[in-house]
Amino acid sequence: MIRFSHVSKEYPRTGLALKDVSFRLAKGEFAFLTGPSGAGKSTILKLVTMEERPTSGEVRVSGVLGTQIRRAEIPKLRRKLGVVFQDFRLLDDRTAEQNVAFALEVTGTSRSAIPSRVSRLLTQVGLASKGTSYPRELSGGEQQRVAIARALVNDPMVLIADEPSGNLDERATRGIFQLLREINASGTAVLMATHNLELVRRHEYRVIEINRGQLVYDSAESSPAGAGSPPAG
Amino acid sequence: MMRLTVREVMLGLRRAPLLSILSIITIAFSLFALGLFGLVALNVSRALRGIEERVEIRAFITDGAPIEAVAAAVGDIRAFPEVARVDIITPEEALARARKELTEFKDVFDAAFLPMSLEIRLKPGHRDPATVRAVAERLKTYTFVDDVRYGEEWVQKLYSIRNIAGATGLVLGIAFAVVAIIIIGSTIRMTVLARAREISIMRLVGATDGFVRRPFLIDGFLKGVLGGLVALALAWFAHSLIDRYLIQTAFFASGTALLGIVGGGLIGLLGSAVSVGRHLRDV
Repeated sequence: MIRFSHVSKEYPRTGLALKDVSFRLAKGEFAFLTGPSGAGKSTILKLVTMEERPTSGEVRVSGVLGTQIRRAEIPKLRRKLGVVFQDFRLLDDRTAEQNVAFALEVTGTSRSAIPSRVSRLLTQVGLASKGTSYPRELSGGEQQRVAIARALVNDPMVLIADEPSGNLDERATRGIFQLLREINASGTAVLMATHNLELVRRHEYRVIEINRGQLVYDSAESSPAGAGSPPAG
Repeated sequence: MMRLTVREVMLGLRRAPLLSILSIITIAFSLFALGLFGLVALNVSRALRGIEERVEIRAFITDGAPIEAVAAAVGDIRAFPEVARVDIITPEEALARARKELTEFKDVFDAAFLPMSLEIRLKPGHRDPATVRAVAERLKTYTFVDDVRYGEEWVQKLYSIRNIAGATGLVLGIAFAVVAIIIIGSTIRMTVLARAREISIMRLVGATDGFVRRPFLIDGFLKGVLGGLVALALAWFAHSLIDRYLIQTAFFASGTALLGIVGGGLIGLLGSAVSVGRHLRDV
């Protein structure tokens, strides 16, 4: 579903960000993407959402080749991906419901179908009673739940999470992670970039580790079962 | 889709009312400056046209010329493509006119020594020195024409003033319009930058470029039209003051005024299209 084949990415000013990275993420899989800051995690996620194009190599997402996609087709691809960020990226002047509904409106969903879908998603992320709250009235964990609900509106095949618990306390982190597991259990693949090695160690999911732009460890490669030992340190 | 776009436009206006008002005022004053220049150009060109209408060629007829020949020639001359009208001035008419225009000599004149003449006026666009001279030369070929006068030097001067005014007007007009477009463009760019986060979120959830662009285009058009209306009101006010206290001036015809407002809207639309387009390309 996501396939990187010998992908390198070079930025004109900062130089090489990724060097010869290859991995695959299968349908319904859960994988952590770890590594220190500046290792290239965000570059990988940007290549997946096609915000960036590889300098060399091939990025294939849901059968679409990153080097060949036309600009006009990118929005259609993004609708198949759900993306959440560390800073939530909610629209501050819209309620939780409106934030989620916005993602549906943008994609031209019929007006009548929107309210029921929004309330179903907010229930799924545990915010059924907070639909009319504005982001500033919600805790960090709740804001991230709204962002996740928004990421799920179009039933994505894969949820891309860039440090989703980076701004959250221990308890909220656990809650968000639990939610991501539930989403994965219902069939959506999850690719989660994180610093939180504790979290990575505690769960037996696949780990892809990036360092200085290179893939240094992939638990799926070291043990074909896909549940290898997480990296040390 | 339209309902959604309108809602986004309203949200945008509500979110940054001060910025919106500021943009409208900026657009209004840019267009007002352009409009004032337009008014000056309009009045100068009207004044020049008024003077130009007085360009005439006078052909004096020799005494005793057969009246039939003159009448036939008048028909001929009327058919010249440059000629607007031909009037026959009899000695009596010439006398009346001379007495009226030169009152201090009114007793000196006598119809007997004033010749009959043809007064020829040219069509607009045919009043330049070369054409005037060409027509005059052609008139001289009639045997009964004694002399042809048209104030060659005066026509020459008028024509060069008109050319200078036209060229200055064109250059200044373009400069004013370019300045207005640049100011309006940067104002709109500010609006786009103020909403950069929102644009990135829209793209994140899979909005097409067209979807992102549409509210901005409508926003720009509306602000341009509103700015145009304010500019028109300001120009009208300025015109009224000048008209009452300084000199009588003309104002834009309603069609021109409407064109100005639509022009404002188009500048707003274009400014938005360029700003959003550039922003979308960059992110």
